[in-house]
Amino acid sequence: MTSHPLLDVHDLAVEFTTEEGTVRAVKGVDFTVERGRTLGIVGESGSGKSVTSLAVMGLHRGATVTGSARLDGTELIGAPDEHLRKLRGRRMAMVFQDALTALHPYFTVGDQIAEAYREHFGGSRRAALARAVDVLGDVGIPGPARRAGEYPHQFSGGMRQRAMIALALSCEPDLVIADEPTTALDVTVQAQVLELLMRLQQERGLGIVMITHDLGVIARVADDVLVMYGGSAVEQAPADTLFTTPRHPYTRGLLDSLPRLDAEDGAELRSIPGSPPSLLAPPAGCAFHPRCALHAAKPDARCTGDRPPLRTVADGHRSACVLDEVTA
Amino acid sequence: MIGFLLRRVLAMAATLLAVCALTFAVFYLLPSDPAAQFCGKDCSADRIELVRQQLGLADPLIVQFWHYVTAIFAGRSYGTGPYAVQCDFPCFGYSFQSAQPVWDLMTDRLPTSVSLALGAAVLWLLLGVGAGVLSALRRGSWLDRTLMIGTIGIAALPVYFTAMILLYLVVTVAGILPYPRYIAFGENPGQWVTNLILPWITLALLNAALYARMTRNSVIETMAEPYVRTARAKGLRERRVVGRHGLRPALTPVATMLGMDLGGLLAGALITESLFSLPGIGKLFADSLNKADQPVIMGITLLASFFIISSNLVVDLVYAWIDPRARLS
Repeated sequence: MTSHPLLDVHDLAVEFTTEEGTVRAVKGVDFTVERGRTLGIVGESGSGKSVTSLAVMGLHRGATVTGSARLDGTELIGAPDEHLRKLRGRRMAMVFQDALTALHPYFTVGDQIAEAYREHFGGSRRAALARAVDVLGDVGIPGPARRAGEYPHQFSGGMRQRAMIALALSCEPDLVIADEPTTALDVTVQAQVLELLMRLQQERGLGIVMITHDLGVIARVADDVLVMYGGSAVEQAPADTLFTTPRHPYTRGLLDSLPRLDAEDGAELRSIPGSPPSLLAPPAGCAFHPRCALHAAKPDARCTGDRPPLRTVADGHRSACVLDEVTA
Repeated sequence: MIGFLLRRVLAMAATLLAVCALTFAVFYLLPSDPAAQFCGKDCSADRIELVRQQLGLADPLIVQFWHYVTAIFAGRSYGTGPYAVQCDFPCFGYSFQSAQPVWDLMTDRLPTSVSLALGAAVLWLLLGVGAGVLSALRRGSWLDRTLMIGTIGIAALPVYFTAMILLYLVVTVAGILPYPRYIAFGENPGQWVTNLILPWITLALLNAALYARMTRNSVIETMAEPYVRTARAKGLRERRVVGRHGLRPALTPVATMLGMDLGGLLAGALITESLFSLPGIGKLFADSLNKADQPVIMGITLLASFFIISSNLVVDLVYAWIDPRARLS
């Protein structure tokens, strides 16, 4: 018996055809997610992190998706719609960023959860609603029976995000993709929601993909990290390694731009100069080279030639910088 | 909910009173003389003055207005003695030109206008919303383009042009349908339909085109909402995603527009009724304008305001019923 990783993504690429030309939003990424583990995908907007997750879920309408994504050994890319539909919500579920817009304003929270449950398991409306009340209780919503009958706009931001998580967990999926689940929340509520996700992961052995631009979130929850820039993975490492010995100049830039309490007085917060690359006309070679301090200091032809692939720099640690000897 | 309804009904009454006062003031300023009309053609100045006294037209404006408003609830009589004219509750004035209470004139014509408006509304909703939804779901397709170009063409046609072409082709050339005249539904439902088909189509076409374009935009916008993506992420069937999660919010603005349009039309489709010589409120209004029959014009103005304001209320109630967010405030 062979055991598959829960999610095995290989050379996944996503393209959109727009009036201004073809946008290569994701240019071939590889990653795996094991049961009970959390992969953090970090990057700024336009880096392709959300597009990657939607492609895995088969929610990208009108995009060309190539490569491979296997959920427990089952290929998702190019699978028939009906097949994907039965997996969505059931085996892989998604937690979206803003629960106020992601939950339907016309239906009660309980109804929306029950609807998903009935779609996959059938049964009576009453049984599905009872199930909805149960999961609302599981995610720590007080008075779940009453709150199930309320509408999303009657929930506070934190409770609404909990309801969104309850919706995702209602059919006991194996994989949960959380796309910026805490970005819209206050810091204290953010911590509660992340703790909730971690607790549920331990209880149920969930594989989690945590998509965020916030390294603070990554530090809190991720086991492994994939750093994306301009549609490509630029660095991949266990979370500890990434924070202690980042190799790619972009990752280092991200870490340097985090405010630190132990910083010396007067030390300035450093930001990465320039702005994210255009996806319509990306720079040749390494997408980061126009903003890269290393390249600026010592221009290298390898930065502007072919796009540098990820190379193993240490055990379990890969980086796409060709100036590795400099960064090491 | 009860409080909300009560507030709205009170506001509605206040609005109607304001409309009433405004129209009253406007007609008071018009250079037409109801006393002269009542008196007849060859009437001496003395006699007209007498009539004016008897009808209460010499009273101050505010007193006349008071009489007008109270008559709506209690009825009144115009003049005294053998020439007195009785106008029973609900009295919306008296047309001396046609020697009938305005209320009777309007209620005689109302079924025609309501038949025309409701039938046309059903037609334009089916055509417009159907075409709009299809276009939106097949966005960018051959069907979408054809429908949207077609709607521009139809929207550009003036109603009288459509009516004339329809009459010529269907009645004169093909002879499939009779020249429209109004047959009450209760009298002969089949003929009610065959006689109203052309006016319905005429009235519906323009609205169908506008509704199709509006529906298309609304559906496209809604289908891009995050909650529709969530519905797909839950693994729902596409039919359910579209029907339950997409169309309901997408059609809410259509319901709003329908309420407004229908409210306006119930009190008469002036052009369409005139084109087909249908004896509706619109035709009555056009005729009364020609004859400067003030009480009738004023009565219809009030009736139209009533329909528009009450349909607004209905729209708000429907809105609160569809969208829970609208219930709280």
